[in-house]
Amino acid sequence: MSVDATTVRRIAHLARIAVSDAEVPHLQGELNAILAFVEQLSEVNVDGVEPMTSVTPMEMKKRADVVNDGEIADTIVGNAPDTVNHFFLVPKVVE
Amino acid sequence: MTDLTSLTIAEARQGLANKSFTARELTDAHLAAMEAARVLNAYVLETPDRAREMAKQADDKIAKGEGGPLAGIPLGIKDLFATRDIRTTACSKILGNFIPPYESTVTSQLWRDGAVLLGKLNNDEFAMGSSNETSCFGPVTNPWRREGSNTTLVPGGSSGGSASAVAAQLCMGATATDTGGSIRQPAAFTATVGIKPTYGRCSRWGTVAFASSLDQAGPIARSVRDAAILMRSMAGHDPKDTTSVDVAVPDYETAIGKSVKGMKIGIPKEYRLDGMPAEIEKLWSEGAAWLKAAGAELVEVSLPHTKYALPAYYIVAPAEASSNLARYDGVRYGLREPAKNIIEMYENTRAEGFGDEVRRRVMIGTYVLSAGYYDAYYLRAQKVRTLIKKDFENCFAKGVHAILTPATPSAAFGIGEKGGDPVEMYLNDIFTVTVNMAGLPGIAVPSGKDAQGLPLGLQLIGRPFDEETLFSLGDVIEQAAGRFTAPRWW
Repeated sequence: MSVDATTVRRIAHLARIAVSDAEVPHLQGELNAILAFVEQLSEVNVDGVEPMTSVTPMEMKKRADVVNDGEIADTIVGNAPDTVNHFFLVPKVVE
Repeated sequence: MTDLTSLTIAEARQGLANKSFTARELTDAHLAAMEAARVLNAYVLETPDRAREMAKQADDKIAKGEGGPLAGIPLGIKDLFATRDIRTTACSKILGNFIPPYESTVTSQLWRDGAVLLGKLNNDEFAMGSSNETSCFGPVTNPWRREGSNTTLVPGGSSGGSASAVAAQLCMGATATDTGGSIRQPAAFTATVGIKPTYGRCSRWGTVAFASSLDQAGPIARSVRDAAILMRSMAGHDPKDTTSVDVAVPDYETAIGKSVKGMKIGIPKEYRLDGMPAEIEKLWSEGAAWLKAAGAELVEVSLPHTKYALPAYYIVAPAEASSNLARYDGVRYGLREPAKNIIEMYENTRAEGFGDEVRRRVMIGTYVLSAGYYDAYYLRAQKVRTLIKKDFENCFAKGVHAILTPATPSAAFGIGEKGGDPVEMYLNDIFTVTVNMAGLPGIAVPSGKDAQGLPLGLQLIGRPFDEETLFSLGDVIEQAAGRFTAPRWW
């Protein structure tokens, strides 16, 4: 399988990465080179094989459902680019 | 005092105990070496004040007889490990000036045991690379050069800063991480020892995530014993990481010098690639001969799905990366590029913040997980991964204790030499990536040099949670091959 220019733009949008028109042909070439490389997996017979979900056979650990943290709002927003009163600020979402 | 930086951790530990020198003197010697080697670009942040403060605390504790197993040992930390109040960037512009308000579990255990932080080490952006050329801080220089040449070589990647700093004696050991070979490949390129432990052995908490089902922390050091010493402090169960395994951590150092007599060592025929350089072939046979001389038994084994490990990796790892890196959106931390609406803000921030390789992998990952392609790519790759793991299980079921392979298909290459085709760079990890896909432990040990005088390494692959056997076998190789030090030119 290979991707065309429209698909490259669609993937970029899904990944939320701005891509200029000038970059599309180059990216398309690179993505297709990688897709051609992984294409060889189609020759493996995977009938009846379980997909791997965990390399170590272990049961998912669960922690107790208790509050073990909190009252650290200053710390939480400490690295944010834009905040007001412990809220993260973003461009207007709802008109 | 000038020789303090050439000591191993084991030697420094002895010297500190004997009061031959203080932790402060040991740290000062390393800070001076670090400063004099800035041309290597191994460190992206130097923390001399913190280092001196920690060294003083170590001296106080040693005086009281309360020094931990790493008391006063100066280390470098890959910039993928969150360090409290100290800038952590994963060498990506998108994390900008991120100051973690928390400490990674692995580094907190090193400080608990008395180690000293010298600074943060360079790496490929988000650990995506095999040459340390994708770092937003620029490439790292390998202290090793071809004989009679001034060409600047890469130290490998993604833990290139860790490998370079350890090889150039700018720290006594370093933390590193390995998703597809990022500890073992740079170790092989710099004549250092690097071990990727079994998946689940070290906590991933507080380590910047790349591909969560493959990422594992481990040490890079100048001897097998030093790697064992560091491993003991880094490993251990952590309730904060659901994939961290609750098994006791052995005293790995006791495995050094243990007899390997009667151990069965597998030589996988699928690792004998067409067109493999003769010197790699020779190194591999030599390694096998050393193990045989030590009493091990060599057996040919087959790992039939080996050739599919790298293509499966380049589906699984980017898929997990695209999901993990969704968090870099310009809202809660790091870089933000202004825009008139929120979608454009995300898109501009991520376009500006991610480098080319990261963008490529996020896009591949997004594609293989997208509607209509998930089964053909991601699900198939996860099935192939099951088959790769089964290959190893079959091999170990026949009584094989460990598997010997070359660590890399070549020695270090020049900066910019492999820039054109991303797949060409990916092939560097051909011998190491299978180990991550199967969650097994793997160690790279320096074993010789190529015709141009560059270091080459061998890899030993072990059974799950049997790192001890790797240390015992690695020690046999180290005793036979000797240790290699890069001549100082900087």
